[in-house]
Amino acid sequence: MLLKRLAAASVVSGLMCSSAFAADCGPEGQSIRILASDFPAIRAVVDQARANCGGAAAEFTANHTTEARQVMNAALTPNPAEYTSVILANATLTQVMNDGLVRPLNDLVDKYDIPQHLLITVDGDVMAVAFMANSQHLFSRQDILQQAGVDSIPATYEEVLAAAEKIRAAGIMEYPLVMNLQTGWNLAEVFNMLYLGHDGEFFEPGTAEPAVSSEEGIATLETMKALVEYAHPDHLTHASNETQGLWESGQAALAVMWGSRGSPILDDDGASEAVTSNTILSAAPTVGGGSTPAATLWWDGISIAANVPDADAEATFAALTSALTAEMVAENNDDAVWMIDGFEPGPAAAGVAATIRGGARPYPMIPQIALLHAALGSELTDFLKGNESAEKALADVETAYRTSAKEAGFLN
Amino acid sequence: MKHRTFFWFILPTLSAMVLFIALPIVSVAIQSLFVENEQVLVVSESCGPFGCKETTTIDAEATARLQEEQPLGRFNGLDTYVNRSHLAFAEVGEAWRSTDTLGEFWGQVSNLPFYRALFFTLTYTAVVTPVVIVLGLAIAVGVNNLPKLLKGPSIFISLLPFLVTPLVGALILFWMVDSDGIIGATIQRIFDDPSLSLKASTALTWTMLIVYGVWHTLPFSFITFYAGLQTVPEDTMEAAKIDGASKWQRMIHVVVPHLAPLMSFVTLMLLMDNFRVFEPIVSFKAEAHATSLSWIIYNDLRESGNPLYGSAGATSMMTIVGVVILLTPVLIRTWRNFNRKAH
Repeated sequence: MLLKRLAAASVVSGLMCSSAFAADCGPEGQSIRILASDFPAIRAVVDQARANCGGAAAEFTANHTTEARQVMNAALTPNPAEYTSVILANATLTQVMNDGLVRPLNDLVDKYDIPQHLLITVDGDVMAVAFMANSQHLFSRQDILQQAGVDSIPATYEEVLAAAEKIRAAGIMEYPLVMNLQTGWNLAEVFNMLYLGHDGEFFEPGTAEPAVSSEEGIATLETMKALVEYAHPDHLTHASNETQGLWESGQAALAVMWGSRGSPILDDDGASEAVTSNTILSAAPTVGGGSTPAATLWWDGISIAANVPDADAEATFAALTSALTAEMVAENNDDAVWMIDGFEPGPAAAGVAATIRGGARPYPMIPQIALLHAALGSELTDFLKGNESAEKALADVETAYRTSAKEAGFLN
Repeated sequence: MKHRTFFWFILPTLSAMVLFIALPIVSVAIQSLFVENEQVLVVSESCGPFGCKETTTIDAEATARLQEEQPLGRFNGLDTYVNRSHLAFAEVGEAWRSTDTLGEFWGQVSNLPFYRALFFTLTYTAVVTPVVIVLGLAIAVGVNNLPKLLKGPSIFISLLPFLVTPLVGALILFWMVDSDGIIGATIQRIFDDPSLSLKASTALTWTMLIVYGVWHTLPFSFITFYAGLQTVPEDTMEAAKIDGASKWQRMIHVVVPHLAPLMSFVTLMLLMDNFRVFEPIVSFKAEAHATSLSWIIYNDLRESGNPLYGSAGATSMMTIVGVVILLTPVLIRTWRNFNRKAH
């Protein structure tokens, strides 16, 4: 569905005339205060909102910080809240919704005519307006694959493993694979994507009882174990910056990284021409005979704080949504995989687009998922280091999760 | 000094300490006895650009009502202290019953997050503290014996590690020990093993953290001992010389006893600091191989989205208890010395 919109995008952008567009900024003289992560794409949206509506507002401030996730709950709790809007993603929307800190946007969405496909709806209420997508996917070095006798880009993890073995056997690289396996959030996220690829369920339906100690869980861990055989020896310390660095320095032939790294890798900054011209971005591989790419889809979007005056809320909503235009997208096309009409997917977006097209599942919006994510992050390391069995590791994950879920009030 | 005068002198410091140290500790202790109210879950449907899915959400109103009735959460007593994330009495007992050898027992216990962290924390403290004291004294004596011209520059250079912000210092070392970094690559070359990685092995990671710890805290003990060396009485030294004491004998029998009170002070400070080891674990991304008590607190507050205050509070209290236990022998010693001198 998204892809159809992306295809129709260029037509729409042709029809729109940027200078004639006057933003509807809602009530004037209000205070607009935004908390957001620090990505170029999010900066683009916020800057555009400031350009459109900063003049009409009495105050327009934006705090871009990599620590947004850590401060958002505390910042939205007082009344009036510190920020009128938080730009957030799947996981962080659950985090603020758990404390009831963002407001339903149903009326505002109707009034400002927001396209249906951008709406994030929970239990019938629109809670956020998404504008960009991200997911993990495969990065391949065409030249090295060919040199090792691999003719096609791997489409399954089994093919990834076979290709890695060929590259190793051909003596090109001992460790051809890089993945974000740093102990903690990243490691757990790799488990999550492979687990979804195996069609696993995180919880017993409708409850907070964990369900990762399952056949799919064991299959997932076995896949991970097979993958780390070919991964750089330091993989337990690798997050996005390290994997991107290894890739750009030509030390890897296959990688599973975030789509948002596509554009920085493909630009001419940091990597040699031989690396950039041979880097192919493709869908996240499927795993274990599954049919959907093993990835977690993420969106970033706009939410509005619950504890602010209605007029501030409306002005903030109007300002931010006024930035979601084809012109803004055209100017920042390669900064993100935009979900807004006008986006023309370039080579940097190919991987995410193909992963979405393949029907990958979104990162689950479940209130207690962060606790399970944290438990996975700390308990799976022993298994990858070879100190314990898959069954034991998953049992440890479930007990660790249960302990923290009891403390957080999700289990009794 | 009159008690009254003393009271007025100490009042500002005392009130600041009560306000910013004692009260927060009481608050942390209270919070560690509570867990969150029940989160009322409802089944719902969430929709987004990637389709709709049945999921659960928190019934915000019902949960808020519970929160209003019990703002602190549910009283949990000491249960948080003994659950699996902390002292894990049940798990340790089970491990004791089900294992035959001490090695197996330890294998199971070290799988528990608290004991794993405690083990590293204690090892780190036990190694770094004496090494820093001995090396610090050695460097201080060495610098003290240098010709005047060289003293200034050597003091400055010896102090450098202390001037670097811990996070930054650790990060620089972390890049240097990378397999592409100068130290990492050199070690690979020396041992002729291209897959040797300091970051991939538990033993080497521990070594790296301990070396970093020594490097970073060494200037503190160096400069304290160096200051102490300036006060060593010339007469005693000369008398020892005349009695035919060698350099080494003068060191052991004159200098070290003279510096003993300073050593107690340095030991106290180092024990406290080392027991709270934290920054290098984060900068070195060493979580896979080494965690510490402070790191557990940080992790509980950060990683779960909505922070686990009870867990973090419990670990904090146990860290305080740990510091007190470690310091007791040194404090008793200092107290005895103080009394001896007073009489």
